[in-house]
Amino acid sequence: MVFKRRHKEKLIEATLFWIGSLTIIILILICLFLFRDALTLFSTHSFYSFVTGSLWYPTADPPLYGLIPLLLGSVLVTFGAICISVPLGITSAIYISEIASPRVASFLKPFIEILAGIPSVVYGFFGLVVLAPYLQLWLDLSTGQVALTGSVMLAVMALPTIISISEDAISSIPSSIREGSLAMGATNWQTIYKVVLPAALSGISAAVMLGMGRAIGETMTVMMVTGNAAVIPGMPEGIVESVRTMTATIALEMGEVPIGSEHYHALFAVGSVLFIMTFLINLAADIIKKKYRFKLEGS
Amino acid sequence: MNVNAKLTEKIAFGFIGASIFTVVLFVCIILYYIISNGYPALSWEFFTSMPRNRMMEGGIYPALIGTISLIIGSMLAALPFGILAAVYLNEYAKPGKIKWVIEMAINNLAGTPSVVFGLFGLALFVRYFGFGPSVIAASLTLGILVLPIVIRSSQEALLAVPMEYRQASLALGVTRWQTTKSMVLPAALPGIVTGSILSIGRVAGETAPILFTGAAYFLPRVPNSIFDQFMALPYHLYVLATSGIDIEGTRHIQYGTALVLLLVVLGVNSIAILIRRHYKKKLRLN
Amino acid sequence: MGEDFLQNFEIAIKVNNLNLWYGDNNALKEISIDIPKNKVTSLIGPSGCGKSTFIRCINRMNDLVRTCSIEGEVLVYDEDIYNEDIDVVELRKKVGMVFQKPNPFPMSIAENITYGPKIHGIKNKNELNRIVEQSLKAAALWDEVSDRLDKSALDLSGGQQQRLCIARTLAVNPEIILFDEPCSALDPISTAKIEELIMNLKKDYTIVIVTHNMQQAARISNYTAYFLHGKIMEYGDTEQIFENPRVKSTEDYITGRFG
Repeated sequence: MVFKRRHKEKLIEATLFWIGSLTIIILILICLFLFRDALTLFSTHSFYSFVTGSLWYPTADPPLYGLIPLLLGSVLVTFGAICISVPLGITSAIYISEIASPRVASFLKPFIEILAGIPSVVYGFFGLVVLAPYLQLWLDLSTGQVALTGSVMLAVMALPTIISISEDAISSIPSSIREGSLAMGATNWQTIYKVVLPAALSGISAAVMLGMGRAIGETMTVMMVTGNAAVIPGMPEGIVESVRTMTATIALEMGEVPIGSEHYHALFAVGSVLFIMTFLINLAADIIKKKYRFKLEGS
Repeated sequence: MNVNAKLTEKIAFGFIGASIFTVVLFVCIILYYIISNGYPALSWEFFTSMPRNRMMEGGIYPALIGTISLIIGSMLAALPFGILAAVYLNEYAKPGKIKWVIEMAINNLAGTPSVVFGLFGLALFVRYFGFGPSVIAASLTLGILVLPIVIRSSQEALLAVPMEYRQASLALGVTRWQTTKSMVLPAALPGIVTGSILSIGRVAGETAPILFTGAAYFLPRVPNSIFDQFMALPYHLYVLATSGIDIEGTRHIQYGTALVLLLVVLGVNSIAILIRRHYKKKLRLN
Repeated sequence: MGEDFLQNFEIAIKVNNLNLWYGDNNALKEISIDIPKNKVTSLIGPSGCGKSTFIRCINRMNDLVRTCSIEGEVLVYDEDIYNEDIDVVELRKKVGMVFQKPNPFPMSIAENITYGPKIHGIKNKNELNRIVEQSLKAAALWDEVSDRLDKSALDLSGGQQQRLCIARTLAVNPEIILFDEPCSALDPISTAKIEELIMNLKKDYTIVIVTHNMQQAARISNYTAYFLHGKIMEYGDTEQIFENPRVKSTEDYITGRFG
């Protein structure tokens, strides 16, 4: 009986180990299936012209699969979103963790969390029917479906991520550090700016990275509000012109391509680029976070 | 100098106040537009009738049923694996390389764009496994998408179970698995349920992963098997808002659908919060 | 150590040259001790002296600490419990433990008692009811809770919770019970009740108790071992240890506390 029981425990542990490793297996499968279908493209199409091509005309003859306009579209929209959401997010996190009374903070936090729950297609819808017409009117544009609209919507979507992680980072600074500064006659703001923020910096950087990862991978919202013109955006005027991101390209075109065609594989290639980019961003955020935890515990 | 510092503080706090106000304003404006415009569209008939006249009239019944099928399917896929993976990580795994790699994989999976999951689902479930565009292919894709959420929240729930319970149980001569099964999991259950409910919200709202794995533009019936295509609320909203026959004319249906989506997600999240509050009291955790 | 005072007793636990490390930290050094059956043996000493670490070796709770490594022999009824063939689960059934902080499970009072027996295979309702009553009576808790067995154990007072934990341990029929500072979180009245209970339990069980309260050791134990820096400095009859310590450091500790 003892033998049987030990056997059973061992078996259970082994099973649990494999289930625990499932996420690794899935990640490997994603790489495998994504890259396999992507690499097929390069048997008929040059890798160089994919990476450096400035034109995305998949239905032209011969078809052109240039990544650059899509990549720049993604970068532009994401960059715009980060410019809006980082200052807003970090200052909001400061307010919640350093200035607001506990009562106010405990109301604000779940209220802002609502933003994290709203589906991206609803954001897209809101951007399309509310924000875009207003932007068109205010900025006197020919269409409201421009990069800026996407940036604003993405910024709102990235806010809860940035706020909650920054807030965690700021709150985890021991109060003794704050008290030390205040006791020397520094104002609240000086304490926040010179002591608390530097100490929380790596946590905040991780928050920004994760917000960026979220923004660059967002699909439905940008697809619905950025106009989807596959042209290389001008800098800086491209922000008020229509652009097309990598995510939107995949979502828009995948429904119409014959499975297994060159175009199909080109979309997988775009997906692979997207996957690698977000993978690196997440990895960086993870490493920063880990370093920062180590730093706090080490002292 | 003192006056200067005071002034700087005032200005800085002014900016901070303005910024939190902006954030709150965003939330209010979005909620206001969706709720005030969507509310008039809601009726019993809206929920229970088929779209009519090339989706220019009628309700959202098939999309609602489709979304519910996706929720059930993806939960069946994600819950057992997610919870057991969390059990492995929290109750069994020794700190070290393997655990670190798994945690890393979870983080990366959580950060992978949803459209990439769509591509993956297309390549693996639709094509490789030959399910075709179907409820099962989309459910499995969404199941993988929410797996990190289920694992993370289950881990948190397991962590909240005091170490003493485990010790006491082990000291009674109870094996580790029996301790986990009879002691730790029941105590962690409310937390696990909360997390799973949050992932329901995610499943209900995701669009990109189902685009290529089975969502139908229009289907005048509910899916009759798990290998059938389906309509889903978020895709329905997308279709009506961007490529419907009369985009302006069906605004009220669009707002109504958006509101239903919002209500599903927010409702589910509020239920999660209530459950957590109720059981926190009962179990005296924390 | 040739313990003459134990000559006429049956030995329940025999420890030979036990060394324990937490990583590089040698927390227990060359521990050798014989613990007699059906007696109360208390382990005293300043905090950090290794007494709690030692008691956790006897039911292998130290297995849960990953950096912990052990050398030497611990024999429970002549069986080396660190032998590879030993079943830790069986060992822990035989050697029960009551912890410092009362830790009832978040279940009803009755469920707390039946938790162990149920998992160990007892399914019969009547049998389980009998175990509940018997264990609670043995833990002197029956009269206080018999009318609310289905209420949450978390609603009991601290002292009641600790007696429930004792009852829970008794329910799996151990032969040895280890107490790890069982009264440190309790008020004096609850403490007195637990002490009385321990003295009654020694009829049927071998008891080892770690305590930082020397009056408690003096009141309830037959034998006392004094720990310092991971070593046993002195072990003997409780009366002798307190009234006539042979080792200087024991005397310092005892007089320091009593004086």
